[in-house]
Amino acid sequence: MVEEKPKGLIVTHGPHIRGRDNIKRIMTDVLLALLPVSLASAYYFGWRAVLLMVISVVVAVVTEAFAVHGLGAVKLLAQPAQLYSDGSAAVTGLILAHIVTPVLPVWMIVIGSALAILIGKQVYGGLGQNVFNPALVGRVILFVAFPAAMGQKWILLADAATGATPLVNRSTGYFDLFIGRVGGCLGETSVLAVLIGALYLLWRGHIGWRIPVAYLGTTAVLSAVLGADPVYALLAGGVAYGAFFMATDMVTTPVTKLGRLVFGLGCGIVTVVIRELGALPEGVMFSILVMNAATPLIDRLTKPRVFGGGTSA
Amino acid sequence: MLAKATFKGGIHPPEYKHLSEHQIIEALPLPQQVVVPLVQHIGAPCKPVVKAGDNVKVGQKIAEAGGFVSAPIHAPIAGTVKRVARQEVSDGQLVDCVVIESDGTDEWDSPLKPHASLDEVDAKEIVEIVREAGIVGLGGAGFPTHVKLSPPPELVIDSVILNGAECEPFLTCDHRLMLEHSDKVVQGLLTLVKAVNAVKGYIAIESNKPDAIEAMQTAVREYPHLEVVTLETKYPQGAEKQLIAAVLGREVPSGKLPMHVGVIVNNIHTAVAVAEAVFDGKPLVQRVVTVSGTVVKNPKNLMVRLGTSFQELIDYCGGFTTQPAKIIKGGPMTGFAQYRLDVPVGKRVSGIVALSAAETDLEAEGPCIRCARCVDACPAFLMPNQLDKLARRGEFDKAQELGALDCIECAACTFACPAKRMIIQSIKLAKNEIRAKMRG
Repeated sequence: MVEEKPKGLIVTHGPHIRGRDNIKRIMTDVLLALLPVSLASAYYFGWRAVLLMVISVVVAVVTEAFAVHGLGAVKLLAQPAQLYSDGSAAVTGLILAHIVTPVLPVWMIVIGSALAILIGKQVYGGLGQNVFNPALVGRVILFVAFPAAMGQKWILLADAATGATPLVNRSTGYFDLFIGRVGGCLGETSVLAVLIGALYLLWRGHIGWRIPVAYLGTTAVLSAVLGADPVYALLAGGVAYGAFFMATDMVTTPVTKLGRLVFGLGCGIVTVVIRELGALPEGVMFSILVMNAATPLIDRLTKPRVFGGGTSA
Repeated sequence: MLAKATFKGGIHPPEYKHLSEHQIIEALPLPQQVVVPLVQHIGAPCKPVVKAGDNVKVGQKIAEAGGFVSAPIHAPIAGTVKRVARQEVSDGQLVDCVVIESDGTDEWDSPLKPHASLDEVDAKEIVEIVREAGIVGLGGAGFPTHVKLSPPPELVIDSVILNGAECEPFLTCDHRLMLEHSDKVVQGLLTLVKAVNAVKGYIAIESNKPDAIEAMQTAVREYPHLEVVTLETKYPQGAEKQLIAAVLGREVPSGKLPMHVGVIVNNIHTAVAVAEAVFDGKPLVQRVVTVSGTVVKNPKNLMVRLGTSFQELIDYCGGFTTQPAKIIKGGPMTGFAQYRLDVPVGKRVSGIVALSAAETDLEAEGPCIRCARCVDACPAFLMPNQLDKLARRGEFDKAQELGALDCIECAACTFACPAKRMIIQSIKLAKNEIRAKMRG
């Protein structure tokens, strides 16, 4: 029996039940979804890939800890659970590793990862405040600062051959492209691995279908229109990885349903234009960053019509 | 079964209906004493017409309506008035209450007369009986029903919808009423239809109550102008405007009421109360309350005399298996957490829900990660994350432009938010500020 005035009853405003997900669970799910890609890259590219991924994640997490806690972060270095925090820095670190070449010097990924966190995220005020995808910011900095290292040298463990990537060759077979037996960045090669992870995120409800479908659909159609092979366009380069793991980053993409379709459409257009009409072989990185910049405008233009028409109508 | 009607948006919280949906309504034994608050409705407080020392019988009017938008209050038990004084009721409110000590007789003296059939009363008389009976919306809002049944003459009402969605987790009073008193529910609907000269009556029920759907379909069989509609089980399916959109496909314009699209919506329990007032001549002195929660020993649906303390309901259900962290008046989405149980059940108490510490999410707020779950969930098609940010920055004008006043306060956004942000509180703050400014 409870006494007349029970001690310890909590009084807050409702709702008194909440959904099961929190930020940490979502970020951890993303890391899980990136596991197939990580394993595939370890298989194809060997220990260098693993080294790059581990270093990038550690540097990202530590950088964020110091950015958020200042020198107090030193205490956290011994507490991995606390360091992990909400998991968002780890995600950024892993994605950055996935979008660089496996022969990138380790010291470069350290710089890239730290700057991805500092300039891509913390300088805006931290999680939720940044305009651009932090991993892509890191990649752009590396691309501009170290173009040679970031550029042409790829290795494929199975063949131990270095050479140009499929988007430069335009001649690799579909199956090889699909399972990833090609040269490229850690994450962009195996479309199969990308799809497995993407299906997991879709099932958990952390990404929606609109951005990937709009992005990939536009890429295929526009590529065909401009005379390139649409299937090749979807399987080669980082467009599958970008469409499912970077263009779906919640913080930097629109919140409205229509907005997300527009975002995907824009990414597809810019990607294909850069690929077919521009000087670079790959356009995914810039297309997502450009659309990130357009996101506030897209949100404003695609505001949903309020139920009932709205009082200010 | 017909295809399931629904609205756009919404969430699927855990239902917890299994705890009490099979519990037959039990009458709580008569309390020794009742504390009857003089505000159990939206609108002006009632004025007492009894004083300390008076003897009252069940159903006798003890407080007069305080205005048009108000509803009289009747003695829930027979006995002596102990005092009429201000005291604390649920939610920490201080209101005048009439305290009655029971004499054990349970003798009635109702101001209403029974009727054998609807033919004996016309629309105006029905509305007057509903007013005299002190009936207010028993879904929890407590809006005086006779006011709802009195639209301005230029508005034509063609449909009455009975809200059998009961979309809040845990609550099962309407479910049980539909199963155990389907005849009264139909009588109530027929009465309401006549009261507003409507053409069609609907009983809309969520798909998680297949037995209730079947019971009501059987009960309306002989009335061609009454129809049972199956709704998708989703929160907040029972929200009035969303219900109308689902059942009739009509969208109530912003700032307007259902009557502006020719519809009146009433709760199932309200319909039962209307039937009892018109046919049995009984004013509103009792209601069904669901007492539930995984830490309640024996969750039940109880028929309770108004003014009975929360504690007595909980005791009758065997108390708690472990100390709850929260005790909520109403449902867990829109209900109010209580800190004392020696407060009375009023007309607006549809449930008492106890949550364990594990079921209570007290995680600290994080930053908005623009995941848009709130935007996807909002049944009013707002952008709750935007409204939350604007409210916190004090930009209430912008919040108004973005539709803050259209928020129905269902809290689906706040349920869905993984950053555990207190979105609904921010929006309510914005609405208060906007309205204060509009009043000048």
